[in-house]
Amino acid sequence: MTSVQDSRIPARPRAAAYLGFIHGHLREYSILIALVAIMAFFQVVTDGILLRPINLTNLVLQNSYIIIMALGMLLVVVSGHIDLSVGSVMGFIGALAAVLMVQFGVHFIIAGAICLLTGCLIGAAQGYWIAYFRIPSFIVTLAGMLVFKGLSLALLQGQSLGPFPEGFRLLSSGFVPDIPGVEGFNLLCLLVGAGLAAAMVVMALRGRARDRRHGTADEPVAVFALKHGLIAAAIVYLAWLMAEYRGLPNVLIVMALLIAVYSFVTGRTTIGRRIYAIGGNEKAARLSGIPTERLTFLTFVNMGFLAALAGLVFAARLNTATPKAGLGFELDVIAAVFIGGASMSGGVGTIMGAVVGAFIMGVTNNGMSILGIGIDWQQLIKGLVLLAAVIFDVTNKSRD
Amino acid sequence: MPPLLEMRGITKTFPGVTALAGVTIRIDPGEIHAVVGENGAGKSTLMKILSGVYPHGSYEGTIVFDGAERTIRSIRDSERLGIIIIHQELALIPLLSIAENIFLGNERATAGVIDWRETHARTRDLLARVGLAESPRTLCGRLGMGKQQLVEIAKALAKEVRLLILDEPTSSLNETDSEALLELLLQLKARGIASILISHKLNEVARVADRITVLRDGACVRTLDCRDRTIAEDEIVRDMVGRPLTDRFPPRSATVGEPVLEVRGWTVRHPTQPDRSVVDGVDLTVRRGEVVGIAGLMGAGRTELAMSLFGRSYGRWTAGTMRIGGRPVDAATPRAAIDAGLCYVTEDRKHCGLLPDESIRRNIPLSNLEGIARFLVVDDHRELAVADGFRRRMAIKSPSVEQKTGTLSGGNQQKVVLSRALFADPRVLVLDEPTRGIDVGAKYEIYRIINDLAAAGTGILMISSEMPELLGMCDRIYVMNEGRFVGALPAAEATQEKIMHMIIARNG
Repeated sequence: MTSVQDSRIPARPRAAAYLGFIHGHLREYSILIALVAIMAFFQVVTDGILLRPINLTNLVLQNSYIIIMALGMLLVVVSGHIDLSVGSVMGFIGALAAVLMVQFGVHFIIAGAICLLTGCLIGAAQGYWIAYFRIPSFIVTLAGMLVFKGLSLALLQGQSLGPFPEGFRLLSSGFVPDIPGVEGFNLLCLLVGAGLAAAMVVMALRGRARDRRHGTADEPVAVFALKHGLIAAAIVYLAWLMAEYRGLPNVLIVMALLIAVYSFVTGRTTIGRRIYAIGGNEKAARLSGIPTERLTFLTFVNMGFLAALAGLVFAARLNTATPKAGLGFELDVIAAVFIGGASMSGGVGTIMGAVVGAFIMGVTNNGMSILGIGIDWQQLIKGLVLLAAVIFDVTNKSRD
Repeated sequence: MPPLLEMRGITKTFPGVTALAGVTIRIDPGEIHAVVGENGAGKSTLMKILSGVYPHGSYEGTIVFDGAERTIRSIRDSERLGIIIIHQELALIPLLSIAENIFLGNERATAGVIDWRETHARTRDLLARVGLAESPRTLCGRLGMGKQQLVEIAKALAKEVRLLILDEPTSSLNETDSEALLELLLQLKARGIASILISHKLNEVARVADRITVLRDGACVRTLDCRDRTIAEDEIVRDMVGRPLTDRFPPRSATVGEPVLEVRGWTVRHPTQPDRSVVDGVDLTVRRGEVVGIAGLMGAGRTELAMSLFGRSYGRWTAGTMRIGGRPVDAATPRAAIDAGLCYVTEDRKHCGLLPDESIRRNIPLSNLEGIARFLVVDDHRELAVADGFRRRMAIKSPSVEQKTGTLSGGNQQKVVLSRALFADPRVLVLDEPTRGIDVGAKYEIYRIINDLAAAGTGILMISSEMPELLGMCDRIYVMNEGRFVGALPAAEATQEKIMHMIIARNG
């Protein structure tokens, strides 16, 4: 977009400017709009069950581990690779956690730390071959998928293992304690939601003011106000809904912090720039002085860490470790990233896109379950959603 | 003699741009017709129309071939007429043999079963006709660019070619291979096969072409007939750029200072063949404000030397020392080299230089992200200011720095890659084929930038396969052959003949 000139030409017809801007940024908003449309659709056909406070809370809990892994997968995909092992790694870590806590009675904090460290080591073991020996990530992580599936079976000896200590289960089933106040309504949740919305609006306004000073503000005022107004309203509304149930789940806090950190790292830091550069053109990145091998290695270490965290969240939620945990989850995670607009060839994709993509999959799942649609049709529809999203993205790109 | 081909009043528009405005061109049987023009003048568009890439109906105007009006809707249609185009980037499949490539899509087969005996026999004939001594079973990936080009021509001959279109055929060939290719074109001409030759290398054009059509801004400026008289290169250049270029190289007054890059005994082994030295005991010195050239044939080891100096990015370094600004430097990675003050601009900007899907502003600061960041956080406004500054200073032609670099012309892409190196603030800049594949106007601008850098005290080491460029730009020229420096000449004494002698003396 011709940002610099636009803001300095006040005489330009407004309507045309709006249309031009919206057209240019259609792709950024299209998945978000798709998510809203899908939610609206299921809200209507399920007679309002979808957005009931209890269901909304469940939706967050059910998708938390997919979203946590999608954050790592986005970095892996942006750097031009893929990780097929995350489902198995997640299951393996759940099994490891169960063995440590249930069989050996290790305190959950120590056990959790061991599990996260193990996740990093698994990521490092796979990333080592991919980054330094240039073995295709598809092959290495396919091998990893088989290895860790087998290891979790061996670790659990084919049995389920549980229950977990109470303290550990709070990770997934706990809620942030409310401040004393209104009975039957979680005031803290609403306040946090309102605070978050206000903070986002303030940050957006400050960003815009700074752009103004540098003469680079290209978003028309109405679009800016509408966009941030809607986002703020949506956050407050969802917070209100959750406040009517039990308030803020612990997992949501963890997830929100991770999303914020990863968005910042990918969007604003030099590390983020370098990862995108590797995916965009690895040779060029290396000749620009970027340590491509080390960064690729680290994206896999990070992926292992997040898969381990997801494994802990999942085990805590089910309150038991089973040999089948995590089976096929890698496909949901990868689908979320691609629905979110990431490119198979690397260099393209955003954290917010991946999160929205994960919610599209999650809401579709949840809505179809409420409707009582069988797992067979659910799979089929999810497959078509993925295909449609990527076709939309590719055709949109070729039109540019 | 009736013409073989006439394209009349061809007009082609893209949204917002008129690529061709009423171009008329006539090709006689058995002539070599050169089409020249700056990048973006419309040469490729015209050839895409002729070969059916842009189908009939997507443009205005008529095509008359062999006395009849034709509607060409696809590449298949044009090939059926005997019009065959060989693209700048060759379309051979590296893992198939020469014979398989030549008859790809045109297999010698009955009922789907390939007759290998006939395929190989016919391939041998075709290879003999193009003068390539290789077995039909050799995999194309093993051939050098020059030989691959010959295979492409053999492939065209297999399709009963009547009009051969060559798009920049010699841009990636060394002098010997280029010479052989041009010779082959003359032989084909003698057998009645007409060619259209698209080239930036005006000396070649002037040598083999019967007529030259100059395109500028989508219009046909002039058609020069070389059979009547010798055409001077300057005359063509004037038509191409629309203004007289009094001097192809901008003037420069060198004030050469103390040595800034000193390399001694630099030796590099081949990455997979450890007993082969690709660079062998090279000594070189570049001084402050000096432009030093490296001449040599393709495969002499020039790029390998440059890449190896730049953080050992090529092969296995086995011996040699490097000093930058008098201080010993042991740069094992590109990062270390950049930090020590040495930057390298690649010869292959498409594969090793650009992030094509990223904007200009994202491409430029890549080698020095610290320069636009506070701690680890990128300052968008500083990034924009830096990118826009380079856009102005380098005269990168684009509406804004938000444009994706993949859509820029070659010259502008080169300026982006050059900007990236400059933003890292090098004391020594290694330029590998800095003007490859870019047009006359952009070349002049790149030369001007090089001179400005040298005037500001940067040491420049420049690799080029175009000898006039080295002679016009450099203060000193090293001659490289088979991994060794076989001579060094001050610019004042250097001539093309002397350089070629140094190379040949060593070979002989």
